[in-house]
Formats: sequence, structure tokens, C-alpha cells
Amino acid sequence: MPEIHLSQLVKRYGKTEVLHGIELSMAENEFTVLVGPSGCGKSTTLRMIAGLESVSDGEIYFDGKPVSHLEPKDRDLAMVFQDYALYPHMNVARNMSFALRLEKRPKDEIDRKVREVAATLGLSDYLERKPGELSGGQRQRVAMGRALTRDASTFLFDEPLSNLDAKLRGQMRAELALMSQRVQKNMIYVTHDQIEAMTLADRIVVMHGGYIQQEGTPEELFKRPINRFVAGFLGTPPMNFLGANIEQRGDEAFVAGDGFALRLEGAQADAAKKHSAREVTVGVRPSDIDYAPDAPSDRALTLQPLVSEYIGAQSVLLCENKAGNVTVEVKSETPVALGEPLTFAVNPERIHLFDRQSEAAL
Amino acid sequence: MNSANRLTPYLFMAPAIVIMGIALIYPLGYMMYGSLLDWNPSQSIEEAEFVGLKNYITLWGDPNFHESLAVTLIFAFVGVSIELVLGVGLALLLDRNLRGMTLLRTMFILPMMIAPVVVGLMWRYMFHPTVGTFNRTLEALGLPTVDWLGQNALLSVIIADVWQWTPFIFILSLAALQSLPRSALEAARIDGATAWQQIIHIKLPLMMPVLIVTGLLRLIDAFKVLEVILVLTEGGPGLSTEILALRISRTATEFRELGVAAAMSNYLLILLMLLTAAMFTLSRIQEIRANRVRAAAEEDS
Repeated sequence: MPEIHLSQLVKRYGKTEVLHGIELSMAENEFTVLVGPSGCGKSTTLRMIAGLESVSDGEIYFDGKPVSHLEPKDRDLAMVFQDYALYPHMNVARNMSFALRLEKRPKDEIDRKVREVAATLGLSDYLERKPGELSGGQRQRVAMGRALTRDASTFLFDEPLSNLDAKLRGQMRAELALMSQRVQKNMIYVTHDQIEAMTLADRIVVMHGGYIQQEGTPEELFKRPINRFVAGFLGTPPMNFLGANIEQRGDEAFVAGDGFALRLEGAQADAAKKHSAREVTVGVRPSDIDYAPDAPSDRALTLQPLVSEYIGAQSVLLCENKAGNVTVEVKSETPVALGEPLTFAVNPERIHLFDRQSEAAL
Repeated sequence: MNSANRLTPYLFMAPAIVIMGIALIYPLGYMMYGSLLDWNPSQSIEEAEFVGLKNYITLWGDPNFHESLAVTLIFAFVGVSIELVLGVGLALLLDRNLRGMTLLRTMFILPMMIAPVVVGLMWRYMFHPTVGTFNRTLEALGLPTVDWLGQNALLSVIIADVWQWTPFIFILSLAALQSLPRSALEAARIDGATAWQQIIHIKLPLMMPVLIVTGLLRLIDAFKVLEVILVLTEGGPGLSTEILALRISRTATEFRELGVAAAMSNYLLILLMLLTAAMFTLSRIQEIRANRVRAAAEEDS
């Protein structure tokens, strides 16, 4: 339950600095997800919070108290590992009760606690089995169970679902969401999977190259990405990026690129007017483009669909255009002919503009 | 054609079988047969008198043989136990990334590489009652000297063996330690295990299969040790360090009783075979368990 604060956290391995002054606060009982591509420093950050990695510089505070000199066991945490990290020589019950047994809690209390947690995770029939005798999904549950049997104040998850197959992962994700509502503890969750991040998080922290790129609610990050990296990282299929220039035509602002000129509206128009003639990157999500043969030219993109990926209710069209490749998500019954140049309409309120050089949102 | 094809593999195996027969089966059979004879080295094997199991029965009731067997058992079990404790202890201490670790490891296994006779000579010098390193050091420190190769001969012999063979256990334990799942140890740290509790609850149980096999290998070796003791004490004083291998060689050469020596060898062989069988059974049980476990896991998933 502590409020966790990372202050200018730095990690170096030899001379290589992998985390460059992480500054982050996590409120009580918040589900925080650290997300980013491999090597972005998310796992290192988590392991430093856990006490498994030393802190090179900066400090970690739990409720205002510095903890970076403390051993993991003195930080009151539970952790779920990517490879589950079960004790292979102990059966499920002993795996789950290991921490309690070390604390020398009374035997009947340990027993009750283990049974209780095993029941909620559907492990009651497996208590006598060794980890080697369990399937991947069951091992995953035991790893969760081991964390849950302890009344730790903070739960850390290091890519806990990435070793499961797609179906099981979806199922465990839902169970995790349920569990987090029920236990009401601090949860810090590391993943490279942006869907996990979006669905589980109260707050997402996007990391890249050892820096925090942006933090906020999933909706904030999805709707108002602070830079091109965040915009491209969150959302599937990923956002389309097209090179363009801002042009002011009379009272109105346009972004014009090779073969298109889109009129901006609202806040984007105001922002664009301050940066007239600036080279920008236009970002449009595939879901914000629609097939519209009679779209007005100030909203239109002419695209040539090359491939149509049918995924059920939606189809994803991979299209070509003079400015580059564009992905479009349309209802699967939309009649599109492959190979023909067609007119699509862009939702003007959902256009994102990024500075070409700094990649920051305008 | 068909039958020729089926015989081809045996044809290829034949040279190996012939060599096995000449080098292994024939001497073994020769010894077995010899152990049933009253046989003096001056006689050829045809001249020796067949006495049946008499040699075995005599040995069974021979107090000197009993003493020698007891010395062997004490030497092997005490020596190997100390080696296990020291070897595993060192491995636990040195299981970390120290600068110069590779060099240290190489130095550690040097004793294993020295010829046993040299080890024996080295230690005989160091154990020497007046000019030996140990007693001179004790004297210099004003402490009473120890009668190393006299009253404490068995202990001294065990010390020399521990010095030579602890590195073997150290190296294998270190390899076992370094192949333990890192994340399980990290999980234990988070679960609140102290360094000591990690050793007791996680590291040692996970190393156990390797330790058992290593221990058995060492035991089998210790039962056959000869040169170091021969050079150090020649089995003395009295029979206090007369290990079986030594008694066998003396029975054959000094007492000129080849049949009895062969019978003694067979007793030792049976003992070693029991140990080896124990080792195989153990690894077989582990294998069966692992297979069953894997099958169960696949069934469930």
C-alpha cells in the first residue's frame, strides 16, 4: 500500500548507463504498467524496486522512506517472474507457503491461507504436485498464488504472461484484472505487450531507451500521445505516419504532403497556425480512416489497397500511397477492390501532428 | 542377403567385443578362477590346487582382513564426507563473479593433477616428525608436536586424501550451483530467505542429485586408493592404515598367496559393484521420475 516514488533513478552497468534518471510516482493501490520495447529499461526499473538490482544513483522511496539500501525481503513485496521461478523441488503447497514458513507463522494459519488462495486460483487439486508435473498455465497460477499467499503491500509482475500461448494469455489477463480489483494493492506490472498495458493499467508508463516517454491513463496516452514513439507504440494496428508540411491558406491550416492536403480543425488547427510552414509528421490511426468515395478533397487520402487482412468484423487494408504505406481498418463488408486507387476519408479531429525533427507532438 | 544385412552391425561391433573380451572379461575370469585355488606364485596356474570357496571362508573369519576392511571403510567414508563438506562449502562461498576466478579455479584443481606417488612423497615430507613442515611450524608456535604418521596415521592419510580430492567436489559443486535457476533464487530472496536459508532450502536440495553422484564416484575411488598410502605409511604402523588395496598387493607379493589375494579382490569388487549399482539405481529412478513428470505435464496441457 505504500506510495512509491522513484527519484532520479539511474542504473549503470560498468560505463553503460541504461536508465537515465527515472522520475516516477505511483499512488496507493494503483495498477501501474511499465511498457516499452525490449531493452527500454522497464524490467531493470522493476528489479530495482524489488531490490534485485542495485541502484547506481537516485533513490527509491516507499511512503517517503528511502529503501534502496534494503534487502528485497525487507521491502514487503511479492513478485511474479516471467519464467515463474517456482522452486522445482517443492510441491505446489510448499511453493506457495515458502515465505510464510520462513516467517514461522503457525501451521494451521499457513494451511488455511494456502487453501484459500489455491481455491481462488483453481489449484486445489494440484497442491501435492511438483512444478514439473504442471502445465504452463498451471505453473503461472502457482506463481501468482505464491505472491498472493503473502500479505505483501506491493505486487511486482515481470512479464508474467509472455510465456503463455495466446488463448491462455487472454484468459489470464482477464483473471489478473479481476484479481487486481479484489486485492487492492499496489501493482507494478512490466510488459512489452501494449494490449496488456492498455487493458490492465490504471496508469501506463511508456519507456524507451532508458527514459520515460510519457505516463498517464491508457485513454490519455492513446488520445494524446506526447511524441511519435508513444503514438506508434500504443494501438494495433499501429498508427500511420506520413511526411507533410503545414500550410496556411487564408484563415485555415492544412497539412499537405505528396498527393494529399488535409484541413485541420480545432486544437490541431490552432497549434498548426503557430508553426506555419513547419515540416511535420502526420499521424493517423488506421481506425480513423474510412472508405468514402465521395469525401471532400480537404479530408481525402487516395490509397491503393494491396492486401486485405480479414480478421472478422474488421478488415485491415494494407495500402500504398505516394507518401508511403498506410494501414486502414474498415468494416469487413466494405466493398474495396484491391489494386485500384480509391478515396478514403480521414477524421480531421483525430489527426496527430509531430515535429519532424524532435518527434514531439505539436 | 537379408540375414547378412541383419548381421552387419555385429560384424562392425566384433573388434570392440574381441578387445573387451581380451582386456576385461579374460582377466576378470582369470581372477575369479584364481580365487578358488591354493596358488603360490612359483606355481603355474595348472599346478595350483583347487580348494573351492576355502579362500573366501578363511577371509570371512580373518581378523586381519576385518581390520583392513574397517580401515578402508573409515578412510573412504570419513575422507569423502569431509571432502563433501569442504568442497560444497567452498563452492557456496566462491559462487560469485570475483576477479581472477578462472585462475583461482585452475589453481584449485592442481592437486587432482599431481601423480599420487608425488602426493604421497610430498605429504610424507610434510608429516615428518622432526623436519616436516607441520611439526616445525607447531614448534615455532610453541605448540606440542604431533606424531602424524605414527599414532595419527589414519588421520594423516585422510588429510592427504582430502587435500587431493576436495577440488574435485568443489569443481562439480560449483558447476551445479551455477546451473541453478537464477530466478528461483531471486524469488527466494523476495520471499524473505536469508543467505543461509537460501542455501538450506533452495541451493542444497537442487544440487542434491549432482552431490549424490559425485559422492559415490569419490567413494568408489577411495576404496581403491593405494599409492598415496603405500608411500606415506606402507599400511603401518601395525595395520592402522592397511587399506584393502594395499593388503591385496601384500598378500600376493609378500605372503605369496595369489588365491587369497584374488578372493580379497573379489570381495572389494563386490563392494564396489554394490556402490555402483546404488548409483545407477539412483540415476535410473531420477530418470523414470523425470519421464513420468514430463508425461503428466504434457497430458495436462
